[in-house]
Amino acid sequence: MSDLPIRLSKVSVHVKHHVLLHGINLDLAPGPPTVLVGPNGSGKTTLLRVAMGLLAPTSGQITWNGQAMAKPVRRAFMFQRPVMLRRTVHANICYALAAAGVPRAKRDERAGELLASVGLEGLTDRPARHLSGGERQRLSLARALAKDPTVLFLDEPTASLDPAATQSIEQLLLAASERGVKVVMSTHDLHEARRLAGDVVLLHRGTIIEAAPAAKFFTDPSTELARRFLAGDLLL
Amino acid sequence: MPESTSALHLVLTADPSLVSIVRLSLAVSLTAVVVAAIIGLPLGALIALTKFRGREFVIVVLNALMGLPPVIVGLLVYLSLSRSGPLGSWGWLFTAKAMVIAQAILVLPILAALTRQTIEDLWVEYRDEFAAMNVGALGRIRALLWDARFSLITALLAGFGRAAAEVGAIIIVGGNIEGFTRTMTTAIALETSKGNLPLALGLGIVLIAILIIVSAAAWLARRAGERLAG
Amino acid sequence: MHVFISLVRLGCALAVATLLATASGCGAPQERSIVVASTTSTQDSGFFDYLLPLVKERTGITVKVVAQGTGQALDTGRRGDADVVFVHAKSAELAFVAQGESTKRYPVMYNDFVLVGPADDPAHVTGRNVLQSFQAIQEHAAAFISRGDRSGTHIAELALWLAAGVNIEHQKGSWYKSIGQGMGAALNTASASGAYTLSDRATWIHFANKGPLAILVQGDARLFNQYGVMLVNPAKHPNVKTELGQAFIHYLVSPSGQKDIARYRIDGQQLFFPNANDPTA
Repeated sequence: MSDLPIRLSKVSVHVKHHVLLHGINLDLAPGPPTVLVGPNGSGKTTLLRVAMGLLAPTSGQITWNGQAMAKPVRRAFMFQRPVMLRRTVHANICYALAAAGVPRAKRDERAGELLASVGLEGLTDRPARHLSGGERQRLSLARALAKDPTVLFLDEPTASLDPAATQSIEQLLLAASERGVKVVMSTHDLHEARRLAGDVVLLHRGTIIEAAPAAKFFTDPSTELARRFLAGDLLL
Repeated sequence: MPESTSALHLVLTADPSLVSIVRLSLAVSLTAVVVAAIIGLPLGALIALTKFRGREFVIVVLNALMGLPPVIVGLLVYLSLSRSGPLGSWGWLFTAKAMVIAQAILVLPILAALTRQTIEDLWVEYRDEFAAMNVGALGRIRALLWDARFSLITALLAGFGRAAAEVGAIIIVGGNIEGFTRTMTTAIALETSKGNLPLALGLGIVLIAILIIVSAAAWLARRAGERLAG
Repeated sequence: MHVFISLVRLGCALAVATLLATASGCGAPQERSIVVASTTSTQDSGFFDYLLPLVKERTGITVKVVAQGTGQALDTGRRGDADVVFVHAKSAELAFVAQGESTKRYPVMYNDFVLVGPADDPAHVTGRNVLQSFQAIQEHAAAFISRGDRSGTHIAELALWLAAGVNIEHQKGSWYKSIGQGMGAALNTASASGAYTLSDRATWIHFANKGPLAILVQGDARLFNQYGVMLVNPAKHPNVKTELGQAFIHYLVSPSGQKDIARYRIDGQQLFFPNANDPTA
């Protein structure tokens, strides 16, 4: 019951005369992580939200494994600033598990497993709002994994984290990817893209400039804009 | 109430008529708030989360009803519960039940309107997460109400304050019957009309002290809750 | 900590439950109780505080008095929301019976009205009879507080203006203030603004905020205030507690009840004069 492949064809998103995305054609298939890069305002977040199904395209089509409208049962989203429910860490996970349809009897055990997998097992009874930035991201990741997703979207997951926290998140993502979860994320940090990406998608002003396997993109980009971007130029 | 005694004396000797009046006041107002909360909190959350035609109009009316004049509510409830009225067979007129109904009607818009505002503000934050977690409508309402619980405590306190302070509605539907429907506020009205102004004032101070105690209890509950769950 | 919070929650639940039980349990002897619609002046005079425990003792009946203006009290009877009506406006009571709202009116007792006003008496009413006093008040445009609430007192006041030859509707000015409230409120207003007002003696004696006011005219035969009691017609309102209501009325007009009424005093003064046996009352 996978949502993959996710197919966007000629997708555009307009909000009040403002073009957020334009003419997007993209396939997201099972495999290594796909990383979206590009300057601020290039449409990375919008693209992720459309692919997740949080935002409907103004024109164009999007299908999940061939379906035009699919509830996000097996796909999850991690927001840059995740919202912590006003309850304990454990209760947060249980809430996500309940929403994912896990029966009550299994929730406690599963919650324990998830918390352990993200390294939060010692903080079960801590009020979630008292967690540090990195801990919140990990809890949010655990919540996302609670629905045993086939696709995991992440919007700049490490943007506000210190290096140690960043590393732990990246390792968790790689582990998830190895388990077969399709990771689709955006990042500001080209180095992180290098570390994680299987495929890279460069966005600029709402369109895809270049989409290529990471090895190719970083060593031999096809477009001038990509070259300038990698060189560190500000794309205006 | 004993004639020429001061309110202080009544308090210090735990005068039985004063005790029964205080108990009735609390019972009526607290029950009214509970009844109004059971309807008003989910209603406010529902309005906050649902898009429907005329939504803005409903919100405007709901906000306006926070200022519903108690005496009008009293009159309407009186006409409804009167033996000659549609609900006369219940026999609730001139009883505490009628007072609870009247006050619940007064408190309901306050709770619904404040809940709506609180939930709507929270919804802005939570909306994406709920969509991503695929939470159903009922789950959203419950999660938002629970997460907003500290702000809602303040709303409940506002509702309780309104109920405990009003006299116009309950004196009409309750009849200010000694021992049965006489509350702090109606007793104050009566003592004033008897010219027992110092006693009336003293009772007023007792009422305010009670309001402070209730508010302190709510504050303590909030503190304890925050320590537990952030 | 969880335990503590659970205990607090349990405590609150218990508290509310107890309060609710108290509220609904209040007045457990519902079976032997009646609702009597009476007037605010009677209540303000303290008469019911004195009488009701005696009624309970002698008849076992719990009387719940709803005190309103006379007009409203009669209206409450008309709606069937009271079992007995006990007011002091003979013409209105007779009309009540004529309309079939009750089958019989029983006279019970009388007290009298007094004209109170500021001790410095700007309209010079002292020494005059009540009709001359009313004329003087109108001529001097002296401040006067009217209850304006269709009460027995209000009806008596209007009758006095009429008898004094004053067309109050047309001749009132800013000196005449109609407040639409009970006797206590009228006295408070008169006291605060140094005005004249007509009050029943019982409420006046009992009133604790007299300020500059004093009795200026009393004893005039026109200031007589007769009380009557009526059972609301059970044919019109089946919910009326006929047996208990009748027992209450019976007590009021019985020798023992009449003696109890006469015994009510404030500051040594008798307030109500029983006259159930007076056929002209």
